[in-house]
Amino acid sequence: MPFIPHTQDDVRAMLDAIGAGDPECLFDEIPAELRGVSLDGVPAGLTEQAVARLMRERAARDAGALCFIGAGAYRHHIPAAVWELTTRGEFYSAYTPYQAEASQGTLQLLYEYQTMMTGLTGMDVSNASLYDGASALAEAILMAIRANRKAKTSRVLVAGTLHPIYRQVAEAIVGAQDIRLETLDIPVRNGALDVQRAGEPGEAAAVVLPQPNFYGRLEQIDALTDLAHRAGALVIAVVNPTALALLKPPGDWGQRGADIVCGEGQPLGIPLSSGGPYFGFLCARQAFVRQMPGRIIGRTVDMDGKQGFTLTLQAREQHIRRSKATSNICTNQGLMVTAATIYLALLGPEGLRRVAAVCHGNTRRLCELLCAIDGVEPVHDGPFFHERALRLPRPAADVLTRLAEHGVQGGYDLGRHDDSMADCILVCATEVVTEEDMQQYAGLLRTVLEEMGA
Amino acid sequence: MRDDPLIFDQSQPGRRALAQAPLHAPAVDDIPDELLRREPPGLPEVSELQVVRHYTRLSQKNFSIDTQFYPLGSCTMKYNPRGSNALAMLPGFLDRHPWAPELHSQGVMACLYELQEILARVTGMAGVSLTPMAGAQGEFAGVAMIRAYHEARGDRARTEILVPDAAHGTNPATAVMCGYTVHEIPTGADGDVDLEALRQALGPQTAGIMLTNPSTLGVFERRITEMARLVHEAGGLLYYDGANLNAILGKVRPGDMGFDVIHMNLHKTFSTPHGGGGPGSGAIGVGERLLPYMPVPVVAKEADSYRWLTEADLPRSIGRLSAFMGNIGVVLRAYVYARMLGREGMARVAEFATLNANYLMHRLRDAGFQVWFRDRRASHEFIISLKREQKELGVSAMDFAKRLLDYGFHAPTTYFPLLVPECLLIEPTETETQEELDGFVEAMVSIREEAARDPDYVRGAPYTLPVRRLDEVRAAKRLDLKWTPPGAGDGETEA
Repeated sequence: MPFIPHTQDDVRAMLDAIGAGDPECLFDEIPAELRGVSLDGVPAGLTEQAVARLMRERAARDAGALCFIGAGAYRHHIPAAVWELTTRGEFYSAYTPYQAEASQGTLQLLYEYQTMMTGLTGMDVSNASLYDGASALAEAILMAIRANRKAKTSRVLVAGTLHPIYRQVAEAIVGAQDIRLETLDIPVRNGALDVQRAGEPGEAAAVVLPQPNFYGRLEQIDALTDLAHRAGALVIAVVNPTALALLKPPGDWGQRGADIVCGEGQPLGIPLSSGGPYFGFLCARQAFVRQMPGRIIGRTVDMDGKQGFTLTLQAREQHIRRSKATSNICTNQGLMVTAATIYLALLGPEGLRRVAAVCHGNTRRLCELLCAIDGVEPVHDGPFFHERALRLPRPAADVLTRLAEHGVQGGYDLGRHDDSMADCILVCATEVVTEEDMQQYAGLLRTVLEEMGA
Repeated sequence: MRDDPLIFDQSQPGRRALAQAPLHAPAVDDIPDELLRREPPGLPEVSELQVVRHYTRLSQKNFSIDTQFYPLGSCTMKYNPRGSNALAMLPGFLDRHPWAPELHSQGVMACLYELQEILARVTGMAGVSLTPMAGAQGEFAGVAMIRAYHEARGDRARTEILVPDAAHGTNPATAVMCGYTVHEIPTGADGDVDLEALRQALGPQTAGIMLTNPSTLGVFERRITEMARLVHEAGGLLYYDGANLNAILGKVRPGDMGFDVIHMNLHKTFSTPHGGGGPGSGAIGVGERLLPYMPVPVVAKEADSYRWLTEADLPRSIGRLSAFMGNIGVVLRAYVYARMLGREGMARVAEFATLNANYLMHRLRDAGFQVWFRDRRASHEFIISLKREQKELGVSAMDFAKRLLDYGFHAPTTYFPLLVPECLLIEPTETETQEELDGFVEAMVSIREEAARDPDYVRGAPYTLPVRRLDEVRAAKRLDLKWTPPGAGDGETEA
């Protein structure tokens, strides 16, 4: 039987020690009418060799496309060392580090991770991860409502330029506590918030600001941050960690800086893997550390005065505080953070800056090539980072389907969320894309549009 | 034991892993200056070898299933097959973008669909969604569906969730996240829920009950059918916390016990790795009446192809809990495991997990340790109490736990459930040999002998690990949550 080591002699000896006649006796407390289930419909067991053959065929079926999609998940080079180290059994098959003395490897790594994330975001403190970027935003919103003791409201205002899926996830999670999200009343012009035409937002507990936003556009983030602070709100920044190698860190936004920062950690060494497992990061100002959800690692000393690391501030957590915890989160995404920490150590500040700059340069180049085609044009002007909306002369969904039939994933269909953008796609070219890849895409798009009579 | 300086302490300005970043980077002259960062981010500057050596050395400071017996109760630390990892990390799976069209996704979707089917069969549920990203998110999904169900019927009086006092902390925390108040139900002396207290607690305000079965006390809730009847008669629904599903896999199905919704920890029962605290996967299963409320997306099969069911197909769904489709990389590992086990392997999981637990329980009892429920069968785990050792020898459950580390065993779960004094919750799992279990018993006996001779010695453990017992009070009081460069203060904040 797979992975069960018992010989028949073992079973006999163990049952004798227990004083049981046969294994079924061990279940005699379970009412008889519940026992003896049928597993019909579950396929017969396979050897690893047979499953490997099946999985290789299936993986190969999905492989080989040229991908220009971003929209929340980004294809980057991942150094070989990242996953060679991350899948070492000592990281891979360990539990949450409750027994600190037997978990110093993971704990020190998480402390290093917290330091790296505060460095990238310009914030004081970081937790040890949440599930993904979108659920991290939900946790950030709940945290802001707890932390903003001055606000007499639990109104949360969300920029209209936030990734629509992030908003849906946040609503599904915070909505269960009857918290409603409202759209920040600032007109969207040219794909970004037109802060010059903003009214006063009225009192709010928190304002959610993305940078870059869903369309890849860069917001006038200093003015927006100050505006939110004038309304007595805490500012929740939703950011891309690769972009932070180039862009102003949220800790420096406006007069006072953002209060809580969250986002998707996937760009930092995590494979696309169909959307998960990724990890959400969450950083904040020191004053809010006790309102943070999730694990936090602290440095301390042992009985001999030697440095060591341990889970800390556990009185916030569900296993201690139960119904009064800051969140129900228990398991987080420890192994993903292991990969991200190794990735950031390998890239360093200069490596990450180069990755960000090449991604941005490639996206500019791609847009230049695609917009040379008749009828293809940028939807928005103004500064952007590594992602851009383009308008096509034909419905986006049809064009993307035709491109896919030729092995090119040409972008994200913006018509999914906005009928007025049914002819628009969001494209992204990261550092792994070559000039030849982009030429191939442009050539194919030209052909496809001609075939479609554009 | 050696000290490993932080990666930041090994940093030298201008050093880097040259093979890992682009050779040239274009100027970024189209982004206005006021949007750019002025100082480079505080990341270490080290060589590739330094990184590899540092994190290899750190890994060696961990206990793990691959290196030690890890009988952590309620956590199901069984062997994580290497084949599951290797096959989930095939390039075709790793490189697939979450928004890739269905045309380029039929391989992975076939795996997801088949796993949905297998999980539905082994749990006796009508439908499965794989999207929740961890057990606690599966719990959230489950309770949110219960709420959506009541609201759809216009029944807004149901404001309360019942939770036995032995439950995992995530249960009450989840109920609160779903906008409910929590009503605790006491446990009887025999380890089963106090049925009379349950009867008293049920009423028109009851939305449902969250139950683990077998419970966290390591025993099967014998009157589960009766409990299900009572809760349903009161108009509530039953939620099954799948943390202990390993105890019944292939033997009993939550659907047959009367549960309306369950979550499964694929990182426990289906042997995906715990990864030092995640990623997990908290797939949910539902009975007929909760089918319309499942979190999206879900995979459907139509003729010979697969497609995603979204909000458009399930308009009453509780919605999306992740930006994409959940932790698919974890789900693929569970799928490989399920296929290797097959129906005959799956039927043996509970059997051998239970055999190992009962064997270990009897061995420890025969060695003179106090088994808490001595007249009950163990499920896949059991509790011993070291109250007597604490009283007579002055050595606590925590001292035993720490000294076990010196013997090369990860400690069992300590001080949980909270109802049993000085307890260890021990879950050996089905993948351990009899010899390993015998070695654990010998270590426990040996530690007790040490404690009789020299209790201070046991209280000072561990001795052979990278650090000795850590000052957790100091960690919480003088918060030091990140490295700061020399000269920038000591990084500590007084609480």
